[in-house]
This record gives sequence, structure tokens and C-alpha cells, in this order.
Amino acid sequence: MNSLFEMFSYAFMQRALAAGVLISICAALVGVSLVLRKNSMIGDGLSHVAFGAFAVATVCSFAPIWFALPVVVAVSFFILRLSGNKRVNGDAVIALLSASSLAIGVMAISLFKGVNIDLNSYLFGSVLSISWSDVCLSLVLTVAIVSLYIFAHNRIFAITFDPDFAKAIGIKTNFYDAIFAITCSLVVVLGMKLLGALLISSLIIFPTLIAMQFSKSFGRVVIWAVLVSVINYLLGLVVSYLANSPTGATVVIVNLVVLISSYLFRRITAK
Amino acid sequence: MGAAIVVEKLSINYGPNKVIKSASFIVEKQDFVCIVGANGSGKSTLIKAILGLLKPSSGKVSFGDGVEQRSIGFLPQETKVDLNFPATVFEIVLSGTLGRLGSKAFYRKADKERALKSLKRLGISELRDESFSNLSGGQKQKVLLARALAATSELLILDEPSNNLDFRSRQSFYATLKALNKAGLTIIMITHDLDVEDLIGNKILSIKEAKVNCFTTSEYLRRYK
Repeated sequence: MNSLFEMFSYAFMQRALAAGVLISICAALVGVSLVLRKNSMIGDGLSHVAFGAFAVATVCSFAPIWFALPVVVAVSFFILRLSGNKRVNGDAVIALLSASSLAIGVMAISLFKGVNIDLNSYLFGSVLSISWSDVCLSLVLTVAIVSLYIFAHNRIFAITFDPDFAKAIGIKTNFYDAIFAITCSLVVVLGMKLLGALLISSLIIFPTLIAMQFSKSFGRVVIWAVLVSVINYLLGLVVSYLANSPTGATVVIVNLVVLISSYLFRRITAK
Repeated sequence: MGAAIVVEKLSINYGPNKVIKSASFIVEKQDFVCIVGANGSGKSTLIKAILGLLKPSSGKVSFGDGVEQRSIGFLPQETKVDLNFPATVFEIVLSGTLGRLGSKAFYRKADKERALKSLKRLGISELRDESFSNLSGGQKQKVLLARALAATSELLILDEPSNNLDFRSRQSFYATLKALNKAGLTIIMITHDLDVEDLIGNKILSIKEAKVNCFTTSEYLRRYK
């Protein structure tokens, strides 16, 4: 208990706690739509694009978040547009964008050796890099995404379950696709500082997969995903502090253990 | 009775390919129209144009009194829906009423009652709280039909609804459609099942080489069967 008090007496841990909980809520909500629409790889692709944009921004002395945001939003629109085109292999495009962005990022950093960049913190995240302004941005994003899910929950369900039907009954599916693209980009860019480019997509994907083991109703999957995401992040943060392990990797491993346990539990209880 | 849908000189092109060439036909209220044609002949493209999911290259689709594009009950091909999606039957059927919500965010009591009525009409009220993924193929199709019914009081459009159904489920499904048609619904359905003559509709739209021809069912069967 003393360790817990000590842990949260540090300002950087308070920031990591606040930003992490807020980003976990957003990632879980965005993740429900992405996973159920079988677009999980979009999150992964965008995180690699964000890495490239962060690296270029740092080398050019731009503010990384404000440079990365429009880049990632533009790419997410591009990917979403391609995913609706049957003549284009969307998976291949995402893989190409991921590898190219990673390469551009690494190349930018290696060409400008004078710039002091910790590559690891971009790739795997760092709780030390979270500022209070990141926490404020995360709070604004959380309020926006939670409001969207409260007021457009029914429409989000219809679009996620059957986009053709949703369009046929007059729901503006293109508008909601644009909102998905923007919110997903925001979650990836803000979450990247915390978990890193290689791990942020796990925060988007795991909670929904775990929630689907517990519930067979869309509404409950959304609620469970948020709860699981926040609890697993808190667990990961505490374990990483106590075990002195990297926070991002610990959070992912906690999610992995919970997913495997819940899957086994469901299989055993179903018999 | 009056017209439910009037299609005039409708042409649809995909790039240089003409999928539908200057189609003109009228669907009267309470018609039961079957759209037939080979795979890739443009059947789904034609209904997408009627539903407003696709912009025609030329021509127009207009609707009769009391029929609105956004309140058409649509049942897509089963393969377009994730059959393991985590949702209850009621969540799915209720979503059929979304077109009536306008700018409102939440379902009203009337929408819930409408969804319950659709379930009751198809005799699947007891499935209300069941998980969609746990249902049989025939039950899933009825749930999607209930959603379409929740969306409309006038016009149902179905895209190959009997695919993946076994013989008994198919017979039962067609009997349900026939009963709905008798009760006043106009139905347009893409199908390959012209062998169940007594269960299909009164008109056939045949699509061949981008041309759409309209027949009465008996005339079509006399010519081509």
C-alpha cells in the first residue's frame, strides 16, 4: 500500500495515470467500431504513420503532436477511402504505409544525428514524456468521444453492424466514417507518447476482444470494453512501477493475459 | 392501387461497362416482384439504385404516395452481415426504426413498440434477448427481415434472402413473405428460386445483357421454364 502511495506521489506518475485512463477510455470506444468492422489493422497502420510524423517533426523542430495530427488524419481518410474500393487491396496498402512511415521516421532520425531523440520512447512510449497539456488534450478528446458514443450510439451500432442497411435508411455513413477516422487518429497520436508506435494499437484492439468474451450485446460490449481497458491500464501501470518494467509492454502483457484467461474461462464454462 | 416505384430510362455504368441499359418499369403497390438473372447481370446494382445507395448514370427512380426512400425495408445478402456480431435480436430489430428518428438521438417508446410488433409479426418474440450469433440460419434471416419490417410499412427489398437456407427454412421464409404481401406490403426480391412457383410473386423482372424486361410470373414461366 505504501508503494502505491509513493508511486502516485510523483507528478509524472499522476500525469501517466490521468492521461492513461482517459486514453484507455477513448481507445476502447474507438476500438469497438474498428474491431467489429474488421478494420483493426487501421489502428496499427496509423500508429506507424504517427511515428514517422513525430520523427520528422522533431528533426524539423515542429511541435510533434500538432504536426502528426493532420498527417495521421489525412492518412486515415485515405485508408478509409481505399477500404471501400474493391479494386484495391486495403491490407497491402496499410502494410506499405506502415513500413514506409517507419522507414521515413528512422531515416530522418539517423540523418540528423545532432538532434537528441530517444527512438525507444517513440517506439515503445514513455510515462516520463507525458505533460499536463497532454492530459488536458486527452480530457477534451475523452469528453468528445464519450459524448459521441452517448448521442450517436444507435447510429454507430447500425453502421458497424450493416453499413449498407444504415445507408439505405438515411444514416449519413460517410459523415460517421469521417468522424471515426478523425477520432482514431487523435487516439493514436495522443496515445503514442504513452505506449509508443508499436504498442498503441493493442490498447485499441484488446479491450473489444476481451469484452466480446463476456457479452453478446453491442451495448454491453461497449461498456465492458471501457471498463476492461481502464482496469488493465491501471494494473499495467502499477505492475510496471513495482517490477520496474517498461509501462507500454507491461500494459500489453496484462491485456494479453486477461484475453487468454477470459477466452479459456468462456470455453470452460460453455461446456 | 397506384404505383410504389416508377423507374424511367435508368442506366447504370461501371466505368466503360453498361450494367443496366435504359430500364423502365413500374412496381405497383402490393406487387411481389422477383428479380432474376445470371450472376453479375446487375440485379444487386438495380436494387442499390432503387435504395439510393448508388447514383445512376442517367434516368430516375421515383416513389408513389406514402413510399419514401429512407423508409424502405431492406434485407441485404446474408454474406454482407457478420453472423458472429455481438448483438441481441432486439438491438438489431430496433435499429430498423432509425430512419424514422430524424435528428433525435434516442429511441422513443413508439420505436420500441414497433420493433416488438415486427418480432411478433414474424413469430419470433421469444428470441428478443437472444444473441444473434447463437441463432440458426433461418432464425437469423427472420431477425433481419424483422429489422426490415421495423423500417417500413410499405415496401420491402430483399437481396437473395434464401441463400444459405435449408429447404424447410426456405419454404417457411417464402411463406412468411407471401403472407406479408397479402397483408399489403409491396415486395421486391432478388432470387434464383423460381422452382417454388406457388410461393413467388406476381411479376418477374428479368435482367439479361444489361436489359431489364418485365413479365407477369405466369408469362415468364410459360416462356422460359
